[in-house]
Formats: sequence, C-alpha cells, structure tokens
Amino acid sequence: MKRAFAAAAVLVTLAVVSLLIGASDVSWRALFAPEPDERALQVLVISRLPRLFAVMLAGTSLGVAGLIMQMIARNRFVEPTTAGTAESASLGLLTATLLAPGLPVLGKMMVATAFALAGTALFLLVLRRIPLRSALIVPVVGLILGGIIDSATTFFAYRYDLLQTVNAWTTGDFSTVLRGRYELLWVTLGLTCAAYTAADRLTVAGMGETFTTNLGLNYPRIVALGLSIVALVTAMVVVTVGMIPFLGLIVPNLVSMVMGDNARRSIPWVAVSGAAFVLLCDIVGRVVRHPYEIPGGTIAGVIGSVLFLYLLLKRGARAG
Amino acid sequence: MIEAKNVSKRYGETLVVDGVTLSLPVGGITSIIGPNGAGKSTLLSMMSRVMPMSSGNVWVDGLDVTTTPGDTLAKRLAILRQDNHLSARLTVRELVTFGRYPHTQGRPTVQDREHVERAIEHMGLSALADRFLDEMSGGQRQRAFVAMVLCQDTDHVLLDEPLNGLDLKHAVSMMKRLRHAADTLGKSFVLVLHDINFASCYSDHIVAMRDGKVAFQGRPEDIMRPDVLRAIYELDISVQQIEGDWIATHYR
Amino acid sequence: MPASAPPVPPLRPLLVLGCVAVAFMALFMLVDVSGPWDFVLPFRGKKIATALLVGYAVAVSTVLFQTVTGNRVLTPAIMGFDYLYVLIQTCLVFFLGSTTVAGLDPRFLFGAEVIIMVAFSAVLHGWLFGMARGNVHLLLLSGVVMGVLFRSLSSFVQRVIEPNEFIFLQDRFFASFNNPEHDLLLLSTVLTLGVSVLGLRLLRACDVLVLGREAAINLGVDYQRTVSWVLALVAILVAVSTALVGPVTFLGLLVAHIAYAVMRTYQHVFVLPAAALIAAIALVAGQFILERVFRLDTNPRVIIEFVGGAVFIAMLMRKATR
Repeated sequence: MKRAFAAAAVLVTLAVVSLLIGASDVSWRALFAPEPDERALQVLVISRLPRLFAVMLAGTSLGVAGLIMQMIARNRFVEPTTAGTAESASLGLLTATLLAPGLPVLGKMMVATAFALAGTALFLLVLRRIPLRSALIVPVVGLILGGIIDSATTFFAYRYDLLQTVNAWTTGDFSTVLRGRYELLWVTLGLTCAAYTAADRLTVAGMGETFTTNLGLNYPRIVALGLSIVALVTAMVVVTVGMIPFLGLIVPNLVSMVMGDNARRSIPWVAVSGAAFVLLCDIVGRVVRHPYEIPGGTIAGVIGSVLFLYLLLKRGARAG
Repeated sequence: MIEAKNVSKRYGETLVVDGVTLSLPVGGITSIIGPNGAGKSTLLSMMSRVMPMSSGNVWVDGLDVTTTPGDTLAKRLAILRQDNHLSARLTVRELVTFGRYPHTQGRPTVQDREHVERAIEHMGLSALADRFLDEMSGGQRQRAFVAMVLCQDTDHVLLDEPLNGLDLKHAVSMMKRLRHAADTLGKSFVLVLHDINFASCYSDHIVAMRDGKVAFQGRPEDIMRPDVLRAIYELDISVQQIEGDWIATHYR
Repeated sequence: MPASAPPVPPLRPLLVLGCVAVAFMALFMLVDVSGPWDFVLPFRGKKIATALLVGYAVAVSTVLFQTVTGNRVLTPAIMGFDYLYVLIQTCLVFFLGSTTVAGLDPRFLFGAEVIIMVAFSAVLHGWLFGMARGNVHLLLLSGVVMGVLFRSLSSFVQRVIEPNEFIFLQDRFFASFNNPEHDLLLLSTVLTLGVSVLGLRLLRACDVLVLGREAAINLGVDYQRTVSWVLALVAILVAVSTALVGPVTFLGLLVAHIAYAVMRTYQHVFVLPAAALIAAIALVAGQFILERVFRLDTNPRVIIEFVGGAVFIAMLMRKATR
C-alpha cells in the first residue's frame, strides 16, 4: 500500500512539472489568479493537458502491451518492436498513405491495426513452426521479422520520398500533440482496462497451452484477445505519436524483477511505471536543450537502456 | 599429486567451499561424496582451474594452477564437468579428437588418430564413432565426453559425476574401465560420485564433503560406517559387507 | 588399433562456391556494358571489391562472434556493434565539428575510429562477458539493450548538433556500394588483410572454443586471451563493413547458417572461407539483379535485409519439419 502511495505521488509530481514547463509561460500564478491569464489557460487546455494525457496513455498502454506479449509468447524478450508488430503498423500506415491518401486518421489507424495484427500473428505462427531449442531464438526471429517488414517499408518509402515521415512514426515524439489530434489514444485506456479484467486468464495462458486447456480455458481465444489488444495499442500509438521502442521490454521486466509475474498484481504497476517513465523522459527531452526539444522516444531509449542494463547486470552479478 | 591449501569459493554472502586443505594421493581412484550443495563440483572445478578461486592455492605436481600456462597443465590434468552443452554439431570421433589438442594444437598425426580410436573403443563407442552427438542418448553422449578426456592422456583425470545418465550396465562398465586404467596405466582419477556404493566398491580413497568443508576422508572401510555416513548425510544408513565390499543400504 | 583414415577436407563445396562467386562477378563485370571499357571495368571493379570486402568482413565477424558466444543465432549487429560505430562517428562530429572532421586525412580518421571502436568494444564487451558469466540470456538481453542505447544516444547527439553537421553525418552513413571512397576502400583492404593474417594462428583455438569455456580451458586454450583477441578482430571487421556500407544486420546470420549447413564441419579453416564466399555471392548477385535485371537504383542493403531475413526464417522452419 505504501508503495502504491509513493508511486502515485511520483506520478502526480511529474504530471504537474510537465504542465508547468514549456516554451510559453504557464505558472501557478497565471492560472489561479483572481483574473486568470487567458493565454496561459489556453496553452494549458490546447497543448499542455493533451500532451500530458498523450504521454501517460502511450506509456501505460505500451508497457501493458509488452507485458501481454511476453506472457503470450512465453518469453521475456518479446515486445511490439521485437516481434514485428510496430514495423507492421508502420507498413500499414505507409500503405494507407500511398494507396488512399484521403483516408481520415481513423481509417488509416484501422489499416495499421490490421497490419499489426497480421504481423504479430505471423510472428506467432513462425514461432510455432520452429524448434525452440533456446529462448534466445524467439527475440532473434522477432527482430529478423521486424527487419524484413521494415526493409519493405524503407524500400517503398524511399521510392516515394516518404522516408522522413516514416522515421517520425518510429520515434515517439510528443511535441506535436495538440487538442483534437491525440484523442484516439484514449481508446488505449479502455484496452488497458480490458487487459486488466482478463489478467487471470492471461497469466494462465502464459503457462502454456496444455496448462490452460487443463484448467478448462479456451487457449486460442485468450491468445486472440491478447493479440488484438497489443495490435490495437501499437497501431494507435504509431499513428498518433510514433513508437517508443523497447518501452514494453524495459518496464514489464523491471516490474517483474520486483513483483513477480502474476498479471493481476503487475498490470497496475506496469501501467503506472510506464506512464511515469515516459513522462519523465518527455520532461527531460523538453528541458535538456531548452527551447528546442529532443523526442521523448530518444530520451526513453537512453535512460531506459542504462537503467535496465544496470539492474540486469547487478542482478546477474548477484546470481553469479 | 594434487594439493589444495585453504581453498575457498564465495558467492556474495555464501561460502560454497570453505577453506579446504586436501592432498590427493597419486595413482588410483579418489571419490568425492557428500550431499547436494556440499561444494564437491565447485572444489573439483577450482582444482582444475576452470573456475577461479576466491582464495587459496592449488598445485598439480607442484605447479600452481593459477600461474602455470594452460597448455602445460592440459598435458597433466583433464577435467570433465557435468553439463556439456555444444552449440556445434560434432561426431563422436571429432569430439574425441579434440582430446589430442593439447599435444597437437589441432594437427593430429597418425599416432594421435590411433589414440582416438583406442579411446572410442575403450568406451564401447566404435559402432557410433561417426554419429552426431545430438542424435545420441544422454548416456552415449556422456561416454563420448569421457572418451575425449581419456584421449587427452593425462596423469590426472577429474570427472564430475561420470555416471550421470548411464544405465546400470554402462555405469558398471564405466567404473570397471576407470579402475582398469588406474591399475594398468598408473593414472590418478578424482571422481565426484552420488552413489556411495560405487564409491565404496571402486575407490582407493574417499573424501566426504559437507557444508563446503572436508568432513571425513580415508579408505572406503573408514567412511562406510553408519556413524560416519549419518554425520555426512543426516540419514540412518546401515552398512553390510557383501563379498568383500562395504555396501550401504539406505532405501528404507 | 588401426587408425582411421584422416577425414577428407570438404574442399568440393568450397570449389563450387568459388566458381559461383567468380561467375557472378564475371556477369556483373561484363553484361550490359554501354560505355568505354576502360571506364566501366574499373568502375564496376570497385563495386565488386567493395562487395567482396564487406562480404568477407560480415561473414568472418559473424562466424567468429558465434563461436565466442557459443551460440548460432547471435550476430555482432544484434549485440550493438555497428551502432557503436555510428555513435563513435556521431560523437567525433559533435566534439570536433564537421569542418575539422572533413579536413582530416580520411585515412587517419578511419584509423582513429577503428582504434576507438576496438578499445571501446573491448572494454564494454569484456565487462559484459564478465558480468554475464556465461549466461547467454543475460548476454543477449544486455547486448540488445546496449544496441538500443547506442542508437538512442546517436540520435540524441544528432538532434543536438547543428543541422549542417547532421547533413554531413548523414552523407557519411549513407555511403553505399555505389560510391565507395577510393582511399577508404584501399585502407579497409589493407586493414582486413592485416588482421586476417594475425587471426590465422587463432583458427585452431577457435575450433576448441566451440566446445565451450570449461572444455577449452581443460584443453589448454588460454580462454580469456583468445576471446579478447577474437572480439578485437570482430570489432575491426565490423568497423570496416560499417564504414563502407553502413549497418548490415542479418546478412551475417544468413551466411553463417548456410555455411555451416553446406560445409558440415565445425572447423573454421573451412567454414570461414565458405561463409565469406556465400556473402560475396549474395552481395554481387543481389547488386547484379537489382541494377541490371530490375534496373532499380536502391541501396542493396534494403534488399539484402529483406531476402536474407526471409531465407533465414525459412531455413529455421524447414529444419523443424525435417
């Protein structure tokens, strides 16, 4: 309980800090004066709040998506960017952009989701067909599959001069988030809640098909549910703010080191830590080279990997 | 002669091997027995320099294992550990040929090939010499690895649970072969064994470990006594002499 | 006990591979010549030289890396080696400025980069190997994360530097098969040949490394020293190939896999040349098909990743059904 309060306090502090920093001045005084500063209020509502929500939603949902994938693939190294999911979503988005440029964002998102779903299903299909002599081969296959899809994307993007746009999809950047351009992300909150209600079933599915069937549950259906959640979340994040690589790897693994692998217990923690982590990275990205911004996704890669390496190797040294 | 002085291994807080001082006789078979986690395998690995010591010294024929060049030691001492995982696909003959590496640096001569065939024959693998290791049973693979170590043709041979995965027939024949090699070729074997009756029947000397220390050592008849075994295993074990061997019965 | 005949060295597959490689090179050189010969031949020759050099570097570094890590699904690229090179380049531009870097003798610059790369990867991977203590899972996970770190750090630094300098950098990274710098090519060749000669005496010891750390120590191989040497060699070769054509991720994995399947031996004396030949065939043939058959002006790297990855996965799946 104590830990939960501490986590909440950290998250709220970060959220407040995130609201108060930025190119234009939004201070407590300007907002809560008897005569509120109109401009400050507008900046808050149009830019700062949407940005805060987008950051937290992306962090939460990607963390949980990673956790779900790790349970379904029964492998700690799997997450949307090591299983071809994110790359497939990008390819879908590119396809939609090339073939139906007039499609509204929602339509593009549907195409991206369909591609993400197909890509992830392909990954699982390939996994079923190869002998898993070592757990290592799973992420390697995922990375290769991602590489194949990515090279297809690069090929067409290069031909149609869209490389830069594609690059934007692959680096999470929250600087362009404004009211009216991110609301799709709220759907991911619903998906995260759905994952939470299915937590027990997902935990059981994580112990394997035989085990699941033995308990009288429908294994394919649980897997399909989990996959749909992952694909939807990935597609939405890619479409709105761009992918944050390895978030889904780092956050669930860190939580698992502390809490173990019961999904019902760990999903809320993954959700909160994911949000706090991306929030922190976004803040750092805004502060470090003020007034310019460095994308939160880039900062997340740096901070996340250093933190992860530290914990991993410390633990490895202890286990000897 | 293998001598260990104050050898310890520490993992963080836990002391796995705790200041062992030991001098193993030349020739014959020495068995190391003891319960799980007593530090048997760790001690064997440190004596053979595949695992660094936290403190202490080990000498093989007077050579300090931490400072003597690896290729010099490889001609005097051979070690086989328990878990032998291979990433490459090798045939039995290819694996056994590796045993000649210390002598040939990878360029085996006709004499070396004879050595290899003898070792394969000795372990009863002649019919399987060209089979790939990953297509064989655990016991056959184990024998192939032992053949490789024997092919290394060193004075000292250290084997960590050589009977692992062998059925009764092959376990007995393995022990007989080791005994034969010790008696006719004058080699010294140090074995970690789980089966105390095999240790009793085939060893000249038994070292019993418990909690990282040497609890007892001596000839089989000194160790195969209910009071000693009880102190080692915390189990009531009766010992009977059957056809000249001391046999422990601990199944009930 | 009669000794069996010494095993026959698998020379025939090597010979076949060599012939195929030469055939593709000839095709590449001679088909569809529309300009004066004395212009076309050197121009194409340079491309082939690049392909050969890159193929050799990628193949040898991957096979050796797999031997050292005792795992047939790892490549230096997965462990973040090539993004380390990108990071070093980026940092050089950041700290020295593009004008200084451009003003330096490219040979000197390349030499300095390689030295930094080797020193850095020696420290880093030595540390990593020490910490992971033979736990391959830990090693892979740290390696992948290390790759993310290098990539994120480079893109961080790239965001911080001036846009002009960024363009300068991008030009350097997108050096491709089509416009190899003459000096760089020459220097890379010399460097590659040099380390290969030095590496020759490690070949037998590498064979023993296949048995794993403990068995190698038992057989008298100085494990620590051999592994350090091999890793330094790998770092140099990765630096060469990355400097010439940028990061190539999965080509090494594919050619190593095929080489082991074709040669059916663990001996590096045979596997290494086979892998290098296969890589050369893949690169030259890929370039040929791309340029002459489809008449596409695309960096062949993209195609290699696509086809290489697909073939590798197909091979894994086929192995399962067999």
